[in-house]
Order: sequence, then C-alpha cells, then structure tokens
Amino acid sequence: MPNTLTNKERMKIPRQAMPEQDNVKRRSNFNEVNIGFTEELAKMEAQRCIQCPKPSCVAGCPVGVKIGEFIVLIADGDYLGAAAKIKEDNLLPAICGRVCPQEEQCEIKCVTGKKGEPVAIGRLERFVADYERETIGIRTPELKSKTSKKVAIVGSGPAGLSCAGDLIQMGHDVTVFEALHELGGVLIYGIPEFRLPKSIVKAEIESLKNLGVDFRTNSVIGFTDTVDELLANGYDAVFIAVGAGLPYFLNIPGENLNGVYSSNEFLTRVNLMKAYRFPEYDTPVFNCKDKNIAVFGGGNTAMDAVRTSKRLGAKNAYIIYRRSDAEMPARKEEVHHAKDEGIEFLFLSNPLEFIGDKDGWLKSVKLQKMELGEPDASGRRRPVPIPGSEYEIPIDMAVIAIGNGSNPIIQKTTPDLDYNKWGNILVDENTMKTSKQGVFAGGDIVTGGATVILAMGAGRKAAATINDFLMNDY
Amino acid sequence: MHKIISAKVLAPNIKRFEIHAPKIAEKRKPGQFVIIRINEEGERIPLTIADSNITIGTITLIVQGIGKTTQQLNSLETGDYINDVVGPLGKASHIENFGTAVSIGGGVGTAIAYPTAVALKIAGNHTISIIGGRTKEFVILEAEMQNVCDEVFITTDDGSYGKHGFVTDQLKELIENRKIDFVLAIGPIPMMKAVADVTKEKNIPTVVSLNPVMVDGTGMCGGCRATVDGKTVFVCVDGPEFDAHKVDFETLGRRNRTYLMNEKESLTNFQCESEKAFSQNLQETN
Repeated sequence: MPNTLTNKERMKIPRQAMPEQDNVKRRSNFNEVNIGFTEELAKMEAQRCIQCPKPSCVAGCPVGVKIGEFIVLIADGDYLGAAAKIKEDNLLPAICGRVCPQEEQCEIKCVTGKKGEPVAIGRLERFVADYERETIGIRTPELKSKTSKKVAIVGSGPAGLSCAGDLIQMGHDVTVFEALHELGGVLIYGIPEFRLPKSIVKAEIESLKNLGVDFRTNSVIGFTDTVDELLANGYDAVFIAVGAGLPYFLNIPGENLNGVYSSNEFLTRVNLMKAYRFPEYDTPVFNCKDKNIAVFGGGNTAMDAVRTSKRLGAKNAYIIYRRSDAEMPARKEEVHHAKDEGIEFLFLSNPLEFIGDKDGWLKSVKLQKMELGEPDASGRRRPVPIPGSEYEIPIDMAVIAIGNGSNPIIQKTTPDLDYNKWGNILVDENTMKTSKQGVFAGGDIVTGGATVILAMGAGRKAAATINDFLMNDY
Repeated sequence: MHKIISAKVLAPNIKRFEIHAPKIAEKRKPGQFVIIRINEEGERIPLTIADSNITIGTITLIVQGIGKTTQQLNSLETGDYINDVVGPLGKASHIENFGTAVSIGGGVGTAIAYPTAVALKIAGNHTISIIGGRTKEFVILEAEMQNVCDEVFITTDDGSYGKHGFVTDQLKELIENRKIDFVLAIGPIPMMKAVADVTKEKNIPTVVSLNPVMVDGTGMCGGCRATVDGKTVFVCVDGPEFDAHKVDFETLGRRNRTYLMNEKESLTNFQCESEKAFSQNLQETN
C-alpha cells in the first residue's frame, strides 16, 4: 500500500484530528478527554511523514526518539514494531505521547509543518504505546548482564523513572525512593486523570518493576535516609530527582483565608487522595458545586486546576492571568480544551487582595487591570498596572498556580552540594553531575518548574553519565 | 504495612500504640512527627512521635479519637496493620540548657510534650512538667513524666485530681515564685494561646507545637501554612515548633475548621457503620 505515495501526495493529506470526548459531557466526568487515534487515523497520519533524510524532528526531542523510523512502521501497519522502536529511546511512551509539548519540540521542527500542519508525532506515539499495552501488554527490553553496582534514585517522577529505566537496562541495581505513598510523582499527584489516566502511569511503572527496579514508597530522603547515608550504605551513586515541590504564593493580603489553595494542594487532594470521591475516600476538598472558582496563573497546572474545578461542579470557573492570551505558557491544546469546557479567561488582571467574610472564608478578590509594556527578561511583554482600574469579583475558592520554588529538605540535609540562590541544585548541564562525587541531579530541582519530557531527558542524560561513572571509575 | 505491636487504652478515647517502624524509631528526634494513612481510602494525618524503642523497632503514637480517622485508628488493636507511616518529618525541637524549663501538656498534648521534656532533662535543665486534663482520667503519662522530670504538677478542670484549675494557673504560680527560663506548651489551641499570653508579659521564651491540616508533610502542598511573625510559614518543613509569642493562633484555629462539615459527615458515616457492624456481630454470635 501507500508507501508508494509521492511526497506531494503525502503533504496533501490533512493532519488527522484527535477524537475527543464530547465537550459538554466531559465537564462532569474525569475520564480522559482525548480518546486516541483509531488504526485508520494512525495509518493515515503516518503517511503524512515524508521521511526526511536528515530529520530535524529527532533533534527537537529531548530523548532523541527515532521519529521517522517508528512512523514508517505505523504506515506499514507494524504497530508493535513501532512501539519497540520508540522504546529504544523512551521507556514511557504512553505518558509522553499524552503530556509532551510536541508543538514546541519535535513537531515545530517537522518539515511537513513548514508549509502546512506538522505530522502529529505525539498522537502517533500515544497510539502505538496504547496499542501495545492493550493488545499484548507492555514488553520490556533485554537487560545487560548484572554489574553489581547500586544506584539510588530520589523521586519517582518523570526524571527518576526515565533514569531508572535506563540504568536497569545497563545492568545496574536500581532503587527508587518516593516520599509519597504512591509512585509517579507529578504524574500521579499533579496531572489529572482526564489528561493522563493513572492506570497508564501505573502500567508503565509496573513495566519498570518487571525489569527489576526496586521501588520504596514513604521514603523521604533527607529524613528517612540522607544522601550521605545512601552513599555510605552501599549505593555507588545517587540521582536526585525530587522535583520542585514548594508552591509559590502571591504574597498578597488574605492569602491564608479559608478557601485559598496552592495548585499542588488542590490537585493532590483531588488526584492522589481522590477527594472527588469523598466520603468514600476520607480526604475532603473544597465543595466547588455551584460556586465561583478562580485559578491564578497561565500554565498547564493552572489549566489542570481550573478544569478540575469545573468537573467538581463549579458554576463559574475563571483563569485570571496578568498578561494576555499570547503570553500564556500553557499548551495550546490545554487552553483549547479549557475554553471548550466553558472556562472563562480574565486576561490582563492582577490580583491585589483576597477578601474574606466574618468567619474567614474567601468571598471575593480585588483585581487590577493591566496593560502590556516593554518586553521583560523572559522576552514576554511586561504587564503594567493601569491606575484606578481596580475591581472586585466574587469568588468562593482560589487556586494559586504560579509555579514552585525548590523544596528545602535535600538542601538542609545535604549542605555540601552547590545550590543557586533559589535553592536549585547546580549541575554540569552535559553530565548532570553535581559538585559532590557520585551525586547527580536532574529535573525540576535543577531547572525549576519545567516539563515532563525535559525531566525525562535529564534523567536519561544522568543515566548515561552514571553508567560511565560506575563502569570507568573516574 | 506497619504492624501494631501493642495498643492500649490510656484514657477515655485516648489510645497508645507501639507501631513497627524500625527506621523511624532509629531516626526520630524530639518534636518530629509522622504522617500515617490507615488504608487505601484513608486520609494522611500528622501525629507527633511520643517515644520510640530502637531495640524492638517501634515508635509510640498516642492518639485521641476526635475525627473519623483518629477514631478509626483507635478502633485498631494489637496485631492490626496501618498501610503507610512516613517520617520522621519536620524539624526537631531546639534543645539547650536554658536553666529551668517547664513543659506543659494539655490533654493528649502531654504525649507530644513528653519526648521534648526528656531531651530538656538530658540537656541539663531543671525540668518541670505541668500535666493538664479535663478530669482525672484525662491526665496521661504521669508516671513517665515523674521518671524524667524534677517536678511534676497536675491540674484538672474539675478538681478531680491534682490542682483545681487550668495549666495556666499552675504556670502563673510558678512564675511568681521563681525564675523560669523556658516554656514548652502543647495542647489545644486556646490552651497554647493562654500560655503564650501568660509568658509574654514576663518575656519568657515559649515554644508551641502546631498541628494544622496537612497532606504530604514535606512542603509540597502548602496546606499547613500558618502565620508566624506576620509571615506565612509551612508548618511541616519550617516547624512544627514555633515561637509562641509570634504565632497567629486565630488564623490557625480558623484554617483548622476548613473541613468541619466534611469531618462531621465522615465521622457520622463511620459511627453508623461501626454500630451496624457491631449489631451484626451481636446477631451472629447470638
């Protein structure tokens, strides 16, 4: 079949749309919004790839997935072969296919996309990962012979998992320590079910367990064991991948009123602790039903929080952002989904104060209108307050989603690592080595809040250096 | 899974557990806490570690059944299991030789004051303990405190044991008669606030241990934030102990009431189910 198509014919095929759950129905359930390609859609989309001799998409991928090679296998109908091809570079494709910002990484480099729309690389990755899992189950690659070297990985989020996957394949013994009672880090407590079903995260973690990775929950490194104790107790190397994990607040009056949450708390209560099933599950969360909810911030986490509040029954759910639509860091797809679900966006509005009732419950927020001035350090136009433009809107719950600082536990208990002034661990960017022999770090604890795939890339980079360190004894 | 090695009723609704958690037993310092989750559906709650036994690898938790989770915990017996126990979390108590140090425990707060009293004694303080309870049966850990402290005073609200009155009455009397260099107060929020008011007048350094609502206990969620010295702190990583004269107790109490309605609903459901199970058992045995 169609492998005889000319490039011109390929480029005439329109980009296949992702089938979605109905945008009214989904407002009241937590099922995944994107349904995934059918075989027909996947094959059709795969034919859009013109198989560039020097594919620039691969260079855009932080883990270097052989994109053209797996796509041609899909076009041939060899979905399992395509899954195996992806897994040469990425052990967690069902997760990445869902949450990577492909539009800024591989797809932005796609040659087909120069004249029209890029090949839907992420949707194809997701399709083959799901196909494999649903037909024959996740296959695990061959392991190299055991090296008898031991590595401790601190944190079971994306950086920790990708590092663990690589190191176990290289023949090392790997133990992953997780502070919470469930594995997966932000993939479990942060990203909601409707964007990344927990069963998929669990299945991909299960495949790492089957490879022999030893996972220990309820282990807060720094308290349960310090990094030094891990090194003294038989671990030859330690990879710190604890994430960011210390929410920023706005530092405005009224922030400690009842009903004001960090996005971490709101999402953790709902996702990890299943508060949306209260009282069957014991953890409660603010009752959003028929209430006015405001989420402050313009990133993916803000979109996750506001869409979650809608599903919990919010009457009006707002995103309040101090810049404009164009500056929002959230993925376009997430913004589009949010708008479809009836989320209202208040742009160029900056919160000044939370106002409470006599019992200390949030009842409104005072906002100030902003206008865009000159570009700031981030290259985005700086929002400037318009004097006299203050206004107030009634809200019952506020969620602050403006990012995370670095968690202090590792720094306090491992003071001999080098940190920057925000508490991020300093590493050599090419090797992920810290200032301490045998200790490596990657993910949000190094970069500050970033994306799942960047953390995975850091985890893989660290794994390569750790392997070198263990085998060559430098 | 953590096995309950022993479970004993100390007072009405107050139970003492020895729980198998060897690593935590070895690591814990006075003032630190654990977070527990009883089962899959359970919430995560913080509990201060009252004591530990390194030889058998257990930690001691003393629990007052107030809400659903603590009542469910108190329904567990020797040989039962708790799904998750994580810790030790939080900063350890700041201990030094202050001179004369008074540890005040109100109700189940005595369990939290106890390990710090031990550490204060070891550091060389003349250590005084005031144990308060509503009635005689709520006075706990008297023998343990007698063992470590130089002096122990008891107060009960109804006068059924020790001195008739509040722990603050006893504290005022001590302050009038001699030089007190340090006070630790742990108990219900109104009691800690009352102690802080008494010692503030005399400028006596005073520490309280805060018990806000927590989820992860590692600084990740910010749910446990409190106002201390006009600034927001995260009790789980910045505390749990703070300068009593700087704590905004009003905000702490108010934030702790955030889930009052949910807590009532949970508790009623739990009690109904417990009763149902109980009468079913009764029918079966009859």
